[in-house]
Amino acid sequence: MRRIETVAAWILGFLWILPLLYAFWTAFHPPEFSTRLALAAPLTLDNFRRAWDAAPFARYFLNSFMLVTLVLAAQLVLCTLAAYAFARFEFPGKNVAFVLVLVQLMIMPDVLIVENYRTLGRLGILDSIPAIGLPYMASAFGIFLLRQTFKTIPRELDEAARVEGAGALEVLWKVYVPLARPTYLAFGLVSVSYHWNNFLWPLIVTSSVTSRPVTVGLQVFSSGDQGIDWSVITAATLMTSAPLLVAFLLFQRQFVQSFMRAGIR
Amino acid sequence: MHKSSAWIHGWLLLLPAAALLALFTHWPIAATIWDSFHATPKGGRPAPWVGLENYQVMVADEVFWKSLVNNLWYGLGTIPLSIALAIVMALWVNSAMRGRTWLRMAFFTPTVLPMIAVANIWLFFFTPQYGLLEQVTGLFGIAGRNWLGDPSTALACVTVVAVWKEAGFFMIFYLAALQSIPPSLAEAAALEGASRAYYFRRVVFPLLMPTTLFVLVNAVINAFRLVDHIVVMTKGGPNNATSLLLFHVYQVGFSFWDTGYAAALTVVLLVILGSVALAQFFFLDKRVHYQ
Repeated sequence: MRRIETVAAWILGFLWILPLLYAFWTAFHPPEFSTRLALAAPLTLDNFRRAWDAAPFARYFLNSFMLVTLVLAAQLVLCTLAAYAFARFEFPGKNVAFVLVLVQLMIMPDVLIVENYRTLGRLGILDSIPAIGLPYMASAFGIFLLRQTFKTIPRELDEAARVEGAGALEVLWKVYVPLARPTYLAFGLVSVSYHWNNFLWPLIVTSSVTSRPVTVGLQVFSSGDQGIDWSVITAATLMTSAPLLVAFLLFQRQFVQSFMRAGIR
Repeated sequence: MHKSSAWIHGWLLLLPAAALLALFTHWPIAATIWDSFHATPKGGRPAPWVGLENYQVMVADEVFWKSLVNNLWYGLGTIPLSIALAIVMALWVNSAMRGRTWLRMAFFTPTVLPMIAVANIWLFFFTPQYGLLEQVTGLFGIAGRNWLGDPSTALACVTVVAVWKEAGFFMIFYLAALQSIPPSLAEAAALEGASRAYYFRRVVFPLLMPTTLFVLVNAVINAFRLVDHIVVMTKGGPNNATSLLLFHVYQVGFSFWDTGYAAALTVVLLVILGSVALAQFFFLDKRVHYQ
C-alpha cells in the first residue's frame, strides 16, 4: 500500500514538472527538435540569443527590477509604521481603521483596474513605473502580518527602551524591527514574487518600452510579429521566469518557510 | 506616555498607509458604484446620470452572462481540485516518503513562475500538431484536436492551468498545519489500532479546518482575480467560452473604453468578493475551529 502511494506520488510529481521540462527541452534545442525528443539533439543557447536580440529585454528587466524595489521599499516603510500603530497604540477609531485596512485583503487593487486607471490618469502619471506600484504600496497583507508579529514582542522590551529615553520611532527601529526580521524576509519574498509576476495591471497602465516590466514585455514580444517560433518564445518565457526560479532552487528552504510564515494568521 | 500623545502618535504612524489605502482601495470602490450609474464620459464633459441603464445593458449582455457562468464553472473546477490536490501533496511531502524533497520542489515550482510564463508554457503544451499533449494522445491513436480552439474543451484547459499554478502554493499552508500537529496523536491512534484513513478523517482533517478556510477564501478570490492566462491563451474565446468576469471588465474597460459599463460590471465582482468576506466573517469563522 505504501509502495503504491510512493509510486503515485512520483507520478504526480513527474506530471507536475513535465510542462516545465518540456519548455526547457524546447528552449535549449534547435527549432527542428522542439517537438522531437531525440536524445542526440544538440544543445544550444541560440534561442535565448535570438530572443534577447529581438526585443529590449535588458530594459524590461531593469524596469521590473526598479518596480519590485520601489514597491518593496515603500511597503516596508508604510506597513511597518501602520502595523506599529495597530499593535502598540491606543487611539480613537483604531478598530474601524483596522477593518478598513482589511478590506484590501478581499478587494485587491487587481479588480479595481477601471477606477485606478482613471485616478492615475488624473494624477498624470500613466505609463510610468511608480504608476504600476502605487496601488500596491499600502499593503493590507503586510500591515496584518507585521501587526501580528509586533504583538508577540514583550512590552517589557518596549518599556525598558523608553525608560532609557528612546522615542516612539527609536523604539520601533531598535526593538521591533530587528525582532521581526523573519517576518520581513517572508513578506519580502512574497511581495517580490507577486510584483515580478504581476501582469494585468502593468499591461493596462504601461504603453512604452521605458516602463514595461518583463511580464508585459514578454507578452508584447510573443504576440508580436514573431510568427510562431516556439523555441524563441519559450526561451524568452524561461528568461523572464529565471531570476525567481533560480532564487527558489538555490534557497528552497527559505522560500518554503517564508511562504508558510506568510500564510499563518 | 500621555493618552492624547498616544492618539496623535498612533494616527501619525497610520497616516501614510491610510492615505494610500483610501486613494487606491476605498475611493475606487465608492467611485465604481457611483460611476456605474453614469454614462461613459465623452470629451471633456462630465458623464450624465443614467440611473440603472448600465445594469439594464448588463442584463441584456450575453457575454456578461456567459462570463458569469464560465466563472462559476471555473471556480467549481479550480477551488475543490486545487484544495484536494494540495492536501494530498502536503500529506505526501510531510510523510517519510523517499524523494520528498524532490517532490516538494516539483509541486511548488509553478508557484514562483509568472502566470503569463505558465500560460505560454501551457499554450505550447496544448498546441495542435506541435504540442506535447497531442503527441502523447497521438501515441494512443487518439485523433488530434484543437484543445484551446474548441469551445467544449477550452474552459477545462484554462482550469487545469490554474490548478497547476495554485495547488503547490496551497500545499505549503497545509504543510505548515501538518507540521504543527503533535506526533503523539498519530502514535495514540496507531496504538488504538486506527487505520491511516480513519486517523486522517477523524483527527487530521478536522485539525486542518482553519487552514482549509484560509485556503478556501484565497482560492475563491483567485478564481475572480487571476485572468492573466486568459489574456495570453484564449483572449476569452473561442466564442467567449473562456471569458471570465474580470476579463470581461478588462475588455469592456480597455478595449471598448466603455468605462461606465465596466464600472457596473466591476460592481458585480465587488458584490461577489464582499459576500465572501461577510460569509467568512459571520459564518465560517465560527464553525471551523475544532473546539
